[in-house]
Amino acid sequence: MLWACLRFPGLAFSAAFAVAPEAGPSALLDTHARQRLIATANDDARAQGVRRGQSIAAARALCPALEVRPRDREAEKRLLAELAAWCYQFSGHVSLVPPNAILMEVGASLRLFDGWPVLADRVRGGLVEQGHPHTLAATPFASASWVFAATADGMVIPERQGVVRMLGALPLTQSGLPATAISGLHAMGFRRLDDVFRLPRPELTRRIGRAGVSWLDRIRGQAADALPAWQPPASFLQKIEFDAELDGSQPLLFPLRRLTRALANLLAARDGGVQRFTLTLEHARGETTRITVAMAAPQRDAERLFELARTRLERATLPAPARAIELHADELPVFRPPVRDLFEPIRGDGLDWPTLDERLRARLGDAALRQLMVVNDHRPERASRYGVPTATTGLPRGRRPLWLLPRPQPMRPEPVAVLAGPERIESGWWDGADTRRDYYIVRTVNGQQAWAYLPPGTLDGWMLHGWFA
Amino acid sequence: MNAIASATSNLAQVLDHPGIWRRSADRQPRVRALSTGWASLDGRLPGGGWPQGAVSEILFEHDGLGELDLVMPALAALTQEHRRVIFVAPPYQPYAPALAAAGVDLRFLHEIHAGSTEAAWSMEQCLRSGCCGAVVGWLPDIDYRSLRRLQLAAESGDACAMVFRSAGHAAENSPAALRLKVSNSDEATYVDVLKSRGLLTTTAPLLRMRA
Repeated sequence: MLWACLRFPGLAFSAAFAVAPEAGPSALLDTHARQRLIATANDDARAQGVRRGQSIAAARALCPALEVRPRDREAEKRLLAELAAWCYQFSGHVSLVPPNAILMEVGASLRLFDGWPVLADRVRGGLVEQGHPHTLAATPFASASWVFAATADGMVIPERQGVVRMLGALPLTQSGLPATAISGLHAMGFRRLDDVFRLPRPELTRRIGRAGVSWLDRIRGQAADALPAWQPPASFLQKIEFDAELDGSQPLLFPLRRLTRALANLLAARDGGVQRFTLTLEHARGETTRITVAMAAPQRDAERLFELARTRLERATLPAPARAIELHADELPVFRPPVRDLFEPIRGDGLDWPTLDERLRARLGDAALRQLMVVNDHRPERASRYGVPTATTGLPRGRRPLWLLPRPQPMRPEPVAVLAGPERIESGWWDGADTRRDYYIVRTVNGQQAWAYLPPGTLDGWMLHGWFA
Repeated sequence: MNAIASATSNLAQVLDHPGIWRRSADRQPRVRALSTGWASLDGRLPGGGWPQGAVSEILFEHDGLGELDLVMPALAALTQEHRRVIFVAPPYQPYAPALAAAGVDLRFLHEIHAGSTEAAWSMEQCLRSGCCGAVVGWLPDIDYRSLRRLQLAAESGDACAMVFRSAGHAAENSPAALRLKVSNSDEATYVDVLKSRGLLTTTAPLLRMRA
């Protein structure tokens, strides 16, 4: 077993500032205390003297331009789950450690990823790309990894003796013990974990309680950690609410990118794809705009999902500025990557039809791409329809033109010769579109072959209905 | 040794390019082609049909002379092999019963409805994608540059491009590999060749239809 622990010191900050990236000095407020105190501040704010634990008034005095937001614990939970979904690609056992850490068992997947250095690189690379500052440590014991992730970023210890030795050197304040236990041990003159490990067990239990001792057992691997395994959810629903109303589609792209990335992470965890999702924009007075993004085949690539959603969003007309954006996908079918023949040379862009179809639809709109189907109806204008073609049945016996005019029109000039006909077409008395015509194949003065008809019993009033192109 | 082998195979590939004609080679240069389905036409076109990976331009005087009949057998054969055929911006509604009667498997025929600039773009995308057998476009006001783009896209995607335009453009310069003119006289339709990559064996009309 090798447990890797990821800690995200900036998680609370990212969750609160999910809507728009912070610009300039910003800080986070802890709201559970009676006094509203600064919990975290970014580099810009720290440079001007804003510190953790200051009151909001003091911080504002130091830095008048400070942007302050309250902590959003729900958003933090969601963000942690989203990161867990992403981590699921590296391990089958991922566990959340609120508020800001994730544990994953990577011992079983080391071979797959070519060993720890490569795996660590991939984890870190992916997180940096997503903009999440993090620390990482790995040991055979989950709790010890959690301790080292906070104190020694990048630490990897494969065996037990090393873990115990490294733990021994840690000051008590970094041991992860409850604060009361630490202050008690401090009062007794202990400074490092080494000192505590040497104490006889009954003695120690009396001083720091059962919970403290059990914690010490767990970090040394003398007791097992019970870690609930995180399971990827079966659908995706995430909403980002804005502090201010955003006008037009351009400012919406940043939150949209976050949402599509979160969706892609979930899809990677489920080894699934998405074929259809809905974007809902909320405006003032309860108005909403819904944009459905549908794909020809399931997709899972973050960049691709973003591009598709973005083209749809940019084409949509928004009636008013938006207050919130929500992405909802409830069908996450199994993803099957396209299968290609090993020896088949890739032509051109090497796209498959669903990809091309999507690209065309994204630019031209859904209505621009059509297929034809034969309908078993005698009336010429109803025998051909746009739809989903199936096996063809009931073809008319007479010759039919390749081009059909959208509606028959008077024929000018009149035909010079009749080549075939008449073919009487009489149908539709039951549905109100009664048709009674005598069709002829005729030739025009230019040598064109046309499909034209006359009302039965007459000899002029030619109506042109198609070209034998 | 390997380097020499790969260099000669590269050279062979270059010399296989339909744009290159070698006097010393066979009488028929190697143009890969798609049978037109018209025996007399296949016999006279270089390569024996519609050039593959290239643009064929069909200039027609009027609607209804048989200009579509000319390409239909090749398109039908493609759809029967489950390869896609795309109609880009057709001037009228393609009529399903007639297409089915001509042997087209409608599941592999797609129509793109688009304005003139979008039509050229769509046609280029389809050609370049490499997943379409033939792309047929009605582009009345396409210019030389756009045609050249289509030619390059057809080469890269190894697809067959067919562009229909009015016969009024016959005098203009064109990068198409094959240019045919469909006209009518004496109650019959004639197909003449205006330009062809590779050697033609005749200058007489290639085909007489509907006589």
